[in-house]
Amino acid sequence: MFDGLLNGMMMGIETAFIPMNIVIVLFACFMGSMIGMLPGLGPITAVALMIPLTYGLNPATGMILLAGVYYGAIFGGSTSSILINAPGEAAVVATTFDGYPLARRGQPGKALAVAAYASFSGGTISVILLMFFAPAMANVSKNFQSGDYFALMILGLTAISAFTGRGSFLKSILMAIFGLMLSTIGTDQTSGTQRFTFGSLELLDGIDFLLLAMATFAITEAVFIVLNRDAASDSFKPRNLGFKSLKVSKKEIKSIIPTVGRSSLLGYFIGVLPGAGATLGSMMAYGMERNLASKEDQAEFGKGSLKGLAAPEAGNNAASTGSFIPLLTLGIPGSGTTAVMLGALIAYGINPGPRMFVESPETFWGVIMSMYMGNMFLLVINLPLIPYIARLLAVPRNMLVPFILFFSIIGVYLITFNAFDIKMMVIIGVIALFLRLMDFPMAPILLGFILGGLMEYNLRRALIINDESLSFMWERPSTLIINLITLVFLLLPLIREARTRISLMRQKPAA
Amino acid sequence: MKKGLLSILFIAIASVFLVLPSAAADSMVEEIHFLIPGGAGGGWDTTARGVGRTLQTTGLVGTASFENMSGGGGGKAINHIISTARRQQNTLMVNSTPIVIRSLQGVFPQSFRDLTPVASVIADFAAFVVPKGSKYTSFTQVVADFKRNPKSVKVAGGSVKGSMDHLVPAMAIEAAGGDPLKLVYVPYDAGGKAMAGLLSGDTQVLSTGFGEAVNLASQGEVRILAVTSAERLAEAPDVATLKELGYDVVFANWRGFFGPPNLSKKKVDQYLAMFKKMYGTSEWDSTRKKYGWQNLYNPGAEFITFLEQQEKAVGEMMRNLGFLQ
Repeated sequence: MFDGLLNGMMMGIETAFIPMNIVIVLFACFMGSMIGMLPGLGPITAVALMIPLTYGLNPATGMILLAGVYYGAIFGGSTSSILINAPGEAAVVATTFDGYPLARRGQPGKALAVAAYASFSGGTISVILLMFFAPAMANVSKNFQSGDYFALMILGLTAISAFTGRGSFLKSILMAIFGLMLSTIGTDQTSGTQRFTFGSLELLDGIDFLLLAMATFAITEAVFIVLNRDAASDSFKPRNLGFKSLKVSKKEIKSIIPTVGRSSLLGYFIGVLPGAGATLGSMMAYGMERNLASKEDQAEFGKGSLKGLAAPEAGNNAASTGSFIPLLTLGIPGSGTTAVMLGALIAYGINPGPRMFVESPETFWGVIMSMYMGNMFLLVINLPLIPYIARLLAVPRNMLVPFILFFSIIGVYLITFNAFDIKMMVIIGVIALFLRLMDFPMAPILLGFILGGLMEYNLRRALIINDESLSFMWERPSTLIINLITLVFLLLPLIREARTRISLMRQKPAA
Repeated sequence: MKKGLLSILFIAIASVFLVLPSAAADSMVEEIHFLIPGGAGGGWDTTARGVGRTLQTTGLVGTASFENMSGGGGGKAINHIISTARRQQNTLMVNSTPIVIRSLQGVFPQSFRDLTPVASVIADFAAFVVPKGSKYTSFTQVVADFKRNPKSVKVAGGSVKGSMDHLVPAMAIEAAGGDPLKLVYVPYDAGGKAMAGLLSGDTQVLSTGFGEAVNLASQGEVRILAVTSAERLAEAPDVATLKELGYDVVFANWRGFFGPPNLSKKKVDQYLAMFKKMYGTSEWDSTRKKYGWQNLYNPGAEFITFLEQQEKAVGEMMRNLGFLQ
């Protein structure tokens, strides 16, 4: 097996490192990150735009191009999240949670740099995992059942407990429930019944995740900047110390290394599951880090924590790489973007599947090896640009607000080219504004929303499959393991509390 | 600062346009905008893009552009092409059997009559698929197990209850003398996810399109037990048809194109001539084979008759099965 791996790697290097393909990777990474940076244009648009270019190229080169554009777009996608709080793609929504506050604190350069480092690490770590564990992970992605997905979503929901500090716990639970409720709008995927659509065709497909993120984050933020006249926004001057600086101290780097490692692993694993995807990967990585963080660190989350920024960035890049497993080894796309790439693969005459290693090894390994290179290129392309891009925040407030509004509206319109979505965004934005004025946290809405649909449909499928019995929750070992992890996560705060109390009690008699 | 961003924007857009293939000069139809009512990568998407690309490489169309507008089971796109008909004179919407089924179900208020049916172009037959390790080697065994205990055979499909993936196994069960209402159907939100569900052991059988299963079947990952064509398919001569197994069900999921309402006859004829020419090209043959499609050409008025017949047959069946009042 190891021999095969070595041969494969050699073949991949031979394929990926011919000058034509190096140029292609460079071009793909550049285009991907540029398109990804534009608010409203995500990886799916980027890949779809590039497909016509790949006709006539040989399959390996074509796939290298598309893959490069894909992870390049995820790489670049964090920029608008960090700078103007308007994510261009669902997978980078979680990046706004801490990236934007950090940028507002006057450190946009640092925020972008940390995002770039984390993306690079997430991408590279998962390429290594992809290389060594592709067949093993193909088995994981093949054997994950509806019940397992349901358990995984429950695990994801526990992250909510970490989304807020003490006191507002109830508020964040309420917001998560609000998110879950919003996710039930639209056609019920199990029975085909319409729910809460009020007979409107526009609501048949429910609310788009990106729309919800724009409404709750970008729109409310724009209004908040106007409301808080004396807030930090005025003090932004390009000459401010450290404004453009990419400097991240050694200590800070040290502190995010474990975060990046864990998030990459988690992101990769979630990316491998065809029913999950990069959005879930980034949200769950964020939730996990917040759960695991110490108390002081936890207080930082949501206010510009480096860990809170690094986690989703490493997570979504790792997940996008992981999603190549079901795509290449089973021909099953886990997301819209990989579905587009599957179409391209078939058009090249390549049959993705378990025999792809044997039938088209140069494509399989060529793509994987090119990803190494691609991640390097992305870092090299993006780092020097950061000081220029960061200057965006030097714009006076009266220009920044329309800028944010303009790009959120364009971004939402570009999802479905439907003007109704803009109205819906404004309505949700107004509701969100009131909630925010009453200090309700916004992030749990998004978490509840993204998990809600997946949770519901997987539960209902699992129930149909198990003849309406919940026994799958403990009868299947993999489901049971996930449930036990959930339990640990739920008990973790209690255990911590108990520990501090015990140590306090011990200290008291001493004092 | 804005200069910086603007120039980035400019470079990005310009480089996209610079490298786009230029239009062939002698093309018959200058441009077609393909409206795809579903997401990227689905059956509609591959059909529109496969056909569009073949038309473009053979020089039958100058520029082909594609737009995915998923929503409301295709209803959003139908609504869109009708409400903006004047701007959609160069638009062809791809659709398939579900436009008939969903219109009957009332998912959307319109039907094919509200559009200009241009032609059906291909068909994909339905297929029943099991994983490679399954104990089933023939569809008759599945039927026998179903008759013994309907709950022991669960069927996955890539769409909601009452959709095509559900109707086809229900028809087969009914033809075999079983009670289709007892069929346990497990809905997934896409064909690929349903395939993943089958492989994971969620269900025992998958109901899907032949074209969606043929690739994994050729690699030995899954087995196709039966197809719903009238005769065995050239791509899979070993796979039995339902008909020869004694279950009188033939079902073709056609895929074809529709123009906006009241599209001029001249334009329709132009499209029909274009499709006709496309069938003769070797590029089309290779595209068709790659995706496992069968030719099914029903032009213009024939297409409308074909749709009316299918609507009648499907509607009757849905009433029999209790999916419709």
